[in-house]
Amino acid sequence: MREALAAAVSRHFRAAATIEDLSRQSGGASRQTWSFDAVADGRHHALILRRDPPAKAKTDREQSVAIDRAIEFRVLRAAYDAGVRAPEPLFELGAADGLGDAYVMRRVDGTAIARKLLRDAPYAEARSRIAGQLGAIAAAIHATDPATLPPLQRREAADHIAGLRRSLDQLGHPQPVFELALTWLDRRKPPPLDTPVLVHGDYRTGNYLADASGVTAILDWELAHLGDPLEDLGWLCVKSWRFGAIDKPAGGFGSREELWAAYERAGGRKVDPGRAHWWEVFGTVHWGIICLNQAWKHLSGSIKSMEHAAIGRRAVETEVDLLQLLKSAG
Amino acid sequence: MAQDRPTASELLSAIADFLRDEATPVLDRAEPGLGFQMRVAANALAILEREVRLGPAADARERERLVHLLGRSGTLDELNRELARQLRAGERDEKDEALMAHLEATIADKIAIANPKWR
Repeated sequence: MREALAAAVSRHFRAAATIEDLSRQSGGASRQTWSFDAVADGRHHALILRRDPPAKAKTDREQSVAIDRAIEFRVLRAAYDAGVRAPEPLFELGAADGLGDAYVMRRVDGTAIARKLLRDAPYAEARSRIAGQLGAIAAAIHATDPATLPPLQRREAADHIAGLRRSLDQLGHPQPVFELALTWLDRRKPPPLDTPVLVHGDYRTGNYLADASGVTAILDWELAHLGDPLEDLGWLCVKSWRFGAIDKPAGGFGSREELWAAYERAGGRKVDPGRAHWWEVFGTVHWGIICLNQAWKHLSGSIKSMEHAAIGRRAVETEVDLLQLLKSAG
Repeated sequence: MAQDRPTASELLSAIADFLRDEATPVLDRAEPGLGFQMRVAANALAILEREVRLGPAADARERERLVHLLGRSGTLDELNRELARQLRAGERDEKDEALMAHLEATIADKIAIANPKWR
């Protein structure tokens, strides 16, 4: 792998490159991320390789909605060029490189670990800024010119509901609370927008880097699609992404109102609180069913992983949240 | 035939405590990735300990409530399938107070096993 990577990097920088400190990053269980340094022409480049492992089970729902690396590269390119705080994509690897579906981007400083961001001293200042920064960055993502994007699936509220019901049917275990919530959502689903926007699709704490100054880069673009911008803001407010800071709905760092105000100030369209609430309820069911699907990957034998198996028992956390949300919604 | 002490719950507690308090700190120093996995394992054993202790009574209560709510008998799985069907079809919804009381009680029992600290 090191030789193949060195050859591809050399081609890009037009100078013989050596690879240093190549290491697999934690997180992203389904798809691989590697960190490395390249030295070319006497200059050091801090880089990241995003790469799909071979052969995945076809029954995997996450896989069916995720975009491939080539499309992800082009989405990242469009967002980066539009001024979104994201890693700079550099080049794709070809079939001849033998590393699979892969690309290289620049490495950005910061940590994605929620526990550190929420509790450690170096991030004290950042904590007061992150909610506002996430609002502003979301506005920039949603303002990305659709003409610069590769072909992406359009997913509206109705498509999402149908997808989650299909998942429940495939899992085969009765889930009354999720069924209740999906029917609630189905009866109130917002009409599709005339012009759907680029939706990040996994916009939450844990999927961005931050340092002492706050958010440095939005990561994990593999669930990007076209749809309702409030899908991203609702997902960010799902209680599971507060990592214990439950009184701060905006990813554990601020209020919904703070997030929405920053979003609107940065040019995002005016947030309808009812529509945002709908997407937060949706996000909560969505995460619950993802938990069940993660466990199913282990149970079906598609991957052997105690960690995946254990996530199945987290689904009930979202059932607790859903009963609270539906009660407060009236 | 009854097994000798420790009970299933006591033995699971002993294993979970050992993994969390003795094995995890050593792994954290040697191999942090494995330390994380060990925390997941210890936490899963703690779930099983609570399930062994609280699960049977919780299941019985859930079944009893479902029989009353649906006005029919059946296994826990059959009754939940029927309830799930009615909810997807919209035959019952969140305005049904008896339904909501049942779901609140069921989820309270479930979270008490899976993650009692969740709120």
